[in-house]
Amino acid sequence: MSEIAEKVKAIIIDKLGVEASEVTPEASFTNDLGADSLDTVELIMEFEKEFNVSIPDDQAENIGTVGQAISYLEEHAK
Amino acid sequence: MSSIRRVVVTGLGAITPLGNTAPAYWEGLRAGTSGAAIITRFDPAKFKTRFACEVKGYDADNFFDRKEGRKMDLFTQFGVVAADEAIADSGLLESNIDKDRVGVIWGSGIGGLKSLQEECFQFERGDGTPRYSPFFIPRMIADSASGNISIKNGFRGPNFVTTSACASSNDSIIAAFNNIRLGLADVMVTGGSEAAITESGVGGFNALKAMSERNDDPAGASRPYDKDRDGFVLGEGAGALVLEEYEHAKARGAKIYAELIGGGMSSDAYHITAPDPTGSGVVLVMKNALRDAGIMAAEVDYINTHGTSTPLGDGAEIKAIEQVFGEHAEKLNISSTKSMTGHLLGGAGGVEAVACLMAMQHGQVPPTINLHTPDPEINQALNFTPNVAQTRDVRVAMSNTFGFGGHNTSVVFRKL
Repeated sequence: MSEIAEKVKAIIIDKLGVEASEVTPEASFTNDLGADSLDTVELIMEFEKEFNVSIPDDQAENIGTVGQAISYLEEHAK
Repeated sequence: MSSIRRVVVTGLGAITPLGNTAPAYWEGLRAGTSGAAIITRFDPAKFKTRFACEVKGYDADNFFDRKEGRKMDLFTQFGVVAADEAIADSGLLESNIDKDRVGVIWGSGIGGLKSLQEECFQFERGDGTPRYSPFFIPRMIADSASGNISIKNGFRGPNFVTTSACASSNDSIIAAFNNIRLGLADVMVTGGSEAAITESGVGGFNALKAMSERNDDPAGASRPYDKDRDGFVLGEGAGALVLEEYEHAKARGAKIYAELIGGGMSSDAYHITAPDPTGSGVVLVMKNALRDAGIMAAEVDYINTHGTSTPLGDGAEIKAIEQVFGEHAEKLNISSTKSMTGHLLGGAGGVEAVACLMAMQHGQVPPTINLHTPDPEINQALNFTPNVAQTRDVRVAMSNTFGFGGHNTSVVFRKL
């Protein structure tokens, strides 16, 4: 697993209080990991902070699963 | 107020600098222990006051799953913990109750000060890009405790927070009382909480010159009615009561601690922080409470005073008691439990109501500790219950709290 993927997983485990085994690439923040809309906003903000990127709202809407977050950040992280 | 709907107390909860449950709190009160010590929540080295009455041995993980706990400021966590204890004590959830008729009115003078402070510090440290947490506002706002208590338990009746500085949770108790009396609810969870032992809380109260600076003796710093008192000691925590309409409580066979018979409110209309030295607003509030309760002053056994250990406030309240109670003043037991807990600000009325109800239950009045050199300006013929608890059958107890802004509140409980 890439360094970015590791970091993304760690943030999700911390913020959503879930087990590492639940954080699979297909896992949806809202449907599988118990996030509500505010949790999702917080996750995106943590990704922005950790990876020093700015994720526009229209693109943030497309980040709904662990895998989508990892691919987005692998592409955009500086 | 003549009312057919009577209101009784059926549950108690507390998390305090003396103990993290109502029974543990009572043990600390009865033993006359001080909850004060050097501040651990931040490095107080450069502050004028470096001690406070902190809640000890509290671990949020024992009460909340990590994700939920993170969304609550400490004052909300304390509120939920104390309310849960009171609700469990009342047996409410084991009874077949209509949750649409159960409400929550909670007191907090300040709200999530730590959350406000942290988010602002973080913004200041950054490059100007706003990175405020989506949980910042819900953590900070003062109504988050009452909201969270209802969400956790599904209580869908009246729900709001009262804010009147250090009178906040007496105001919440009175508002809850009135909601039941008016028939708007059958059960109300009430009380209040505060968690302001932060850099901005301590620094702010220091700037007001309101807090004791007796850094060489934290346990001896809160000394109401003592000549050498030099200000209040900041406390934190929560006190919770379940109030219930009498017939509702009887019908489900609930244990009843006492009846809440009166609530009084008044305002000094004098100064934003200083108490009116004539005590006229305090006279008025106790008269209002007695009138609402429909009892004579001579029926009161115990007054848990506001008594914060400030040079001005303590004397004004005692003069007011002498004026309202006349000759009976010397027959009262009077004590300031803030000598032990410190001043819980918006949580004070909650924990002090719990102290009154425990005193009634155990037939014992908790003391005013650190009363070593009586202040000659204060009538020492009054019984301040100095330093050790006294045995007394407390049939009627009054609890006073007053707040910055000139808010005065007083509640009266009577044994059934």
